[in-house]
Amino acid sequence: MATAGSKNRPLSPHLQIWRWGPHMFVSIMHRVSGQGLVVGLALLLWWLGALASGPAAYAQLVTCMTSVPGYVVLVGISWCFFNHMMSGLRHFVLDIGAGFELKGNRTWSILTSVLGVVLTIAFWAILLLR
Amino acid sequence: MGNGTSIGRVRGLGSAKHGAHHWLLQRFTAVGNLFLLIWLAVSILLLEDLSFISVTGWLSHPVPAVLMALLIVSTFWHARLGVQVMMEDYVHDHGSKFACLVALNFVAFAGAAFGVLCVLRLALGA
Repeated sequence: MATAGSKNRPLSPHLQIWRWGPHMFVSIMHRVSGQGLVVGLALLLWWLGALASGPAAYAQLVTCMTSVPGYVVLVGISWCFFNHMMSGLRHFVLDIGAGFELKGNRTWSILTSVLGVVLTIAFWAILLLR
Repeated sequence: MGNGTSIGRVRGLGSAKHGAHHWLLQRFTAVGNLFLLIWLAVSILLLEDLSFISVTGWLSHPVPAVLMALLIVSTFWHARLGVQVMMEDYVHDHGSKFACLVALNFVAFAGAAFGVLCVLRLALGA
C-alpha cells in the first residue's frame, strides 16, 4: 500500500520539541494505564478460570496473589484502572468540546492524575481495613 | 489525483464515510466499562471476604453472573480497540502490523469466550 514516497517524509515535531505540561503526562499515562489493564484482563480470566476450576486452583491463585510480587501486580492494576477511568472521564469532557481553556485544562489534567492515585489508596484502605 | 505519494493517490476521493466508527465504539464500550467496573469494584469491597466459597456463591446468582458476562464482553471489546490503536501507532512495518492485528483479534475473542464460559459454568453450577 503506502510504499512509494512514504520514506524520508518530514515528520511533525515530536515530544522533545514541546515544553512539558500536565496534559501531556495525562495523555501518556492514559495509554500506559490502558496497556496495563491488558494484564488486568489476563488476571480477571485467571480469577474466573480458577473459580470455575475449583478450590485447589483458587488456592493456587490466592497463594500467588497474596505474595509481595502479587500485591505489587494487584496494586499496579488497580492504579491502572482508576487512572484510566479518571483520564477517560476527562476524555469524555474533551470529546464534547469543553475543557480546552489553558487554565482549566491544566487544572483537570493535574486533578485526574491525583484522583487516580487517591481512589487507588481509598480502594485498598477499604479492602484491607474493613 | 496523482499517483506518486500515498496522499496523492487518495486526494479528491472524499472520505470513506466510516472514519468515526472505531472512535464511537471506543466511547460506547467505555461507558459500559465505567458502570460495569464500578459495579465490580464496589462488589469486591462489599463481599464478606474473597474466599472461594464467598466469590463462587456471589457469582452463582443470576444478576452478578449476567453483569460479569457483560463486563467481559465490554472490557475485551474496548481493550481490542485500544490495543489496535497502539499497534497502528507503534508497529510501522505493514506485514508485522497485519500479523499483530490478526493475533490481537484471536486473543481478544478467545479471552472473552473463555471468561464468559467460566461465568456460565459458575452460574449454571456445572
